[in-house]
Amino acid sequence: MYDAGKIIIGLIIFLAFATFPFYSNMGKAVAKPDPKLNTPVIQQMKVKQCVESKKFMRAKHMQLLINWRNAALRRGERLYKGSDGRITEISLQNQCLRCHSNKRNFCDECHNYVAVNPYCWDCHFYAPKEANNEH
Amino acid sequence: MGALLSFFVVIVLVLIALAGVQGAGLYVLFGTIIPYAAVATFILGVILRVIKWSRSPVPFHIPTTCGQEKSLPWIKYSKLESPSGTLGVIGRMALEVLLFRSLFRNLKPELRDDDGPRLVYSSNQWLWLGGLAFHWSMLIVILRHLRFFTQPVPFFVTIIDSLDGFLQIGAPHLLLTGVILLLAVTYLFLRRLFNPPVRYISLPSDYLPLFLIMGIATTGILMRYFFRVDIIHVKELTLGLATLNPEIPAGIGVIFYIHLFLISSLFAYFPFSKLMHMGGVFLSPTRNLANNSRIKRHVNPWNYPVKVHTYEEYEDEFREKMKDAGIPVEKE
Repeated sequence: MYDAGKIIIGLIIFLAFATFPFYSNMGKAVAKPDPKLNTPVIQQMKVKQCVESKKFMRAKHMQLLINWRNAALRRGERLYKGSDGRITEISLQNQCLRCHSNKRNFCDECHNYVAVNPYCWDCHFYAPKEANNEH
Repeated sequence: MGALLSFFVVIVLVLIALAGVQGAGLYVLFGTIIPYAAVATFILGVILRVIKWSRSPVPFHIPTTCGQEKSLPWIKYSKLESPSGTLGVIGRMALEVLLFRSLFRNLKPELRDDDGPRLVYSSNQWLWLGGLAFHWSMLIVILRHLRFFTQPVPFFVTIIDSLDGFLQIGAPHLLLTGVILLLAVTYLFLRRLFNPPVRYISLPSDYLPLFLIMGIATTGILMRYFFRVDIIHVKELTLGLATLNPEIPAGIGVIFYIHLFLISSLFAYFPFSKLMHMGGVFLSPTRNLANNSRIKRHVNPWNYPVKVHTYEEYEDEFREKMKDAGIPVEKE
């Protein structure tokens, strides 16, 4: 091997980058996100059902929320017809957060897990009690 | 033909993933075994390839000179284009690796017909711009993906993500580099197709990485903005891979497995392809040697010792005979 010193330094740098995910997680047990559905409003519900199915909400709630924003704020439409025909008022504050009043244990649980930082809260504020605790 | 063949290969790869996951339900194969095998091939392959390269001697001192070499103190020399020492070489390599200096030159020979044909070298900065946009976007996209492989996610990943999505279009917000990556790789492909000289020298192995990357970017964009997958389950899978504790959460859309299979293919193909220019650029003797041939004598390392017979030795040998013959000698 010619220039062995330089080649080995280069390969070590390559390995440091290529295996970063492996050694940075070494020996860590990562808790899975566990969004809580135990708010008082949800517990009082007879049929625990969001505006769409759980599968839909897990994968596509962001799409629903951005559509709701565009409908309510840009087109002035305040009613949403779900895929099962139920009509819901379009409102983050009065609909979503009425049941999911536990932002920290519900929204943030998954958002932090995948490092997304939605800008909902640039305009909306979440339950004041919780807000006081955080700020 | 080369383009069609490569396109066909990528389509077959997509169909393999589709059939394997949706048809045969081979989740463990496509979600765990193939990604691990691909990463192992990538890492070992790159290392072995670099070691193989390092066993080839570089006997000749061949830096390309793109400026005045260092010589007399009153002659201005070009520190970066014709570096004379290690520091200059590092600067030159940084320009090359980070900004693609070599492409930012008059690279396009043309015959212009003013008064008779005249060879003119003009600039080809579209290739430079396309290449730069592609490579930097690729780097940022890869760094962004670290959010699937680390927990907690490093701060720089979050910063990159928010800068990348600063336009705040839609939810999840549109990430610019994903779009730039796809546009740039499409440009690089169309360039091969519509530029006759480039098309003439393009081989299937030139098209295949382009199509693979196009496929990866397309499936990624489709997954993020159109056919959404449950990202929490995706991260459970990817983090499982990174923590060597693999698991297959149920209910991830097949498009994720297609994305993963194309990436695995690219990783496994990497050490055997032109993509090894990632390591090769650092080992280019025309770039990584200092242009110091006036300062230092470079001797071919495999020169054998030449037997010489100097005049002094000759005179020592024949002094008496020279004196007898009346030939003048230097030493008595």
